[in-house]
Amino acid sequence: MTKRILALAMAVLMTAALFVGGGQSAFAASGSAADAAGEITVGIASDLDSSLDPHVSSSLAGTREVLFNIYEGLMKPDTQGNLIPAVAESYTVNDTADEYTFTLREGVRFHNGNEVTVGDIVYSLTRAAGLETGEPLMATLAGVKAVEATDDKTVVVTLSAPDAEFIAYTTAAVIPEGSDPADGIIGTGPFKYVSRSPQENVVIERFDDYWGEPARCAKVTFRIIDDGQAMVMALHSGAIDLAAHLDASQAAELSGLNVLEGSMNLVQALYLNNARAPFDDIRVRQALCYAIDKVMVIDLACDGHGTPLGSSMYPAFGRFFDEDLTGYYEPDMAKAMELLAEAGYSSDKPLKFTIAVVEAYTPHMNTAQAVVELLRQTGMVEAEIQPMENATWYSEAYQGRNFDATITGMDASTLTASALLGRFVSDNAKNFIGFASDDYDAAYAAAVSTTDADEQTAKFRECETILTENAANVYIQDLADFVVTQTDIQGYQFYPLYVMDMSTVCRVG
Amino acid sequence: MAVTLLLISLLAFLAFQFIPGDPVTNLLGSDYTPERAAALRHEMGLDRNVFVRYWDWLTGFVTGDMGESYSYGMTVGQVMEGKGAVTAALSLMAWLLVIAISIPLGITLSRYQGGRLDRVFVAMNQVFMAIPPFFLGILFTYVFGLVLKLFVPGGFVRPEQDFWGFLGYLVFPALAIAIPKAAMVTKLLRSSILGQMGQDYVRTAYSRGNSRWSVLKKHVLRNALLPVVTFVAMTLADIVAGSIVVEQVFALPGLGRLLLASIGNRDYPVVQCIVVIIAFVVVFMNYLADVVTQTIDPRIRLG
Repeated sequence: MTKRILALAMAVLMTAALFVGGGQSAFAASGSAADAAGEITVGIASDLDSSLDPHVSSSLAGTREVLFNIYEGLMKPDTQGNLIPAVAESYTVNDTADEYTFTLREGVRFHNGNEVTVGDIVYSLTRAAGLETGEPLMATLAGVKAVEATDDKTVVVTLSAPDAEFIAYTTAAVIPEGSDPADGIIGTGPFKYVSRSPQENVVIERFDDYWGEPARCAKVTFRIIDDGQAMVMALHSGAIDLAAHLDASQAAELSGLNVLEGSMNLVQALYLNNARAPFDDIRVRQALCYAIDKVMVIDLACDGHGTPLGSSMYPAFGRFFDEDLTGYYEPDMAKAMELLAEAGYSSDKPLKFTIAVVEAYTPHMNTAQAVVELLRQTGMVEAEIQPMENATWYSEAYQGRNFDATITGMDASTLTASALLGRFVSDNAKNFIGFASDDYDAAYAAAVSTTDADEQTAKFRECETILTENAANVYIQDLADFVVTQTDIQGYQFYPLYVMDMSTVCRVG
Repeated sequence: MAVTLLLISLLAFLAFQFIPGDPVTNLLGSDYTPERAAALRHEMGLDRNVFVRYWDWLTGFVTGDMGESYSYGMTVGQVMEGKGAVTAALSLMAWLLVIAISIPLGITLSRYQGGRLDRVFVAMNQVFMAIPPFFLGILFTYVFGLVLKLFVPGGFVRPEQDFWGFLGYLVFPALAIAIPKAAMVTKLLRSSILGQMGQDYVRTAYSRGNSRWSVLKKHVLRNALLPVVTFVAMTLADIVAGSIVVEQVFALPGLGRLLLASIGNRDYPVVQCIVVIIAFVVVFMNYLADVVTQTIDPRIRLG
């Protein structure tokens, strides 16, 4: 009986398919023909932010990643983590690291055809640093005291305090003098903005007057596909050419295509609310560090793909990354139980807390499940996952600081150690875990004010060590980032930042 | 009708007061500081009383100004452009499919009541009724998209570029929504017809020498369709709701996806507008069902 029903069901479905089949193949073919002319379709998991204003720093890394193709600053990052001159041709810095002099590159044009002048640069930096309003749009530029054009190809930026890292912040976009990105998106990047349709797509086109190496494809359409399964299907079917930030299981489903593995460049951790019980007790935090075996979590949650981390720094940062910290807490259940017992917990009176996780972020959810399971094995910890919506997470956990623990990833918006470490300074507005350590504050202050590269590296590493020793968070990993493309797509490059450079991507054959 | 819509829009507006997070939370994200949030809230007028804001929104809405979206930096009208057409076409297609499948099927099944065909379909009906559209959607994508390659999953063209292609991309999503509903309507129609067939007036009709078909057409269907019509009209409301889910599965840029994303972004103006549109469809279909019922059965008078 069951078999017959199934057979009938299939028959009905097939017939239905035949009815519509005729019209279908025709348009399927026309879709792929249009793609052939150097047009690439990229699937992105979430729509971009409200404004595509490059100076209003975006809450979504996904927005920065797309804008990277449109806007450029005086400097821009390369794939190796170096800063290379972009709108500026070169720069010099004085000995006290509080005055930076930039020489404008000649022949750089905006997407509207106008040549970039020193006036545009002064306007852009003044706007981003909020020199006129007193309210910096970009927190990274808060230290700018004055921006001045000394002749028609030189701009001098003075800082209120020495900052050897400042050059990394000059990746802030250059926009035409007097313009407002709300009225039109004009940058100097290899692509120009064409259009967007909410929850549907964002379209960019090659900018033919680009000063540097021109983009290899003529047009890129970013299609918003928020459902992970739909994204996999769209890659399977060829509806999209490329998608980044897939996880290991999605990549495994797409093994017939080009699968590239890089890293997400973020610090995934079980972030602990240091400011309140139970995690105001260092013994409890350390116990968790001993109990949670990072390698096992990565195996369980991410099929073994990912780089274990021991502090708020990931390997792409090169000299700032201290590899030794990764193994600081050797997995040790006995030790974990001992510390928990010292802190007054037992199997009768277990440590109970909740882990806030944004439901939509599958890798974080998977990690949370693995963590809960490992903690359960101590017999003294009952952790519970509290799935929530992104907006709720922001308002309750991140901004409201009303959480016990949360699993999330912290990324760096600029190529500076401060982007990752700055938030743990006691009075930093972004210090959502409420970490407070005088040693840390001192080391951090020393690191950002010195002009000596070696000393700076040492001080930042000291910061990382303090975070690890104090078990500020249970550091887990830098998530693996899978980029899957159709087999005829080439040239995708990973950056040490969360960006997606489309200028090198092209279709071959 | 206007009162219903007003009430719904007020409830939707108030609902946002009770869920955590507001547009400011989302706009600032990780750059949040209490000062910036307060400033932005003031700038956006969110620090005013909720009823004041509702009144503002309402007066704007009735005068045709739907406000500005918080998360897209465009007016609500611009955000919605083209989205409504997708959902409308999808829902309408699904609805027509429901009718096209269930009416002939229901009549046929009632004809062969108790027969093999009937038994098989009744059993299958149960299965189809129970399948959620999103699951059918995933199944369709796999079977018809990836294995049979009848359509490109995740593909989409705008109607103004290629109208038939646009409709083509909607066929499978529409089927995914329609099949469970069609199963319900079929079942309802079948039992409704069977219920009428046992009535005295049917026997009388037969005794006057009518054939089975003419009895069905002239007498039975008129009565049997009554509950079905109301139900079919009501399903359109369900279908619009179903399309919200199915749009996700097929990555269609319709109102449903916009609604979900806007709720996530706490983008009230957009949510309000979509809610009112959907509420209007539901209320209007209800009204239409009443009208049609009355046309079929003159005994029913609209109050």
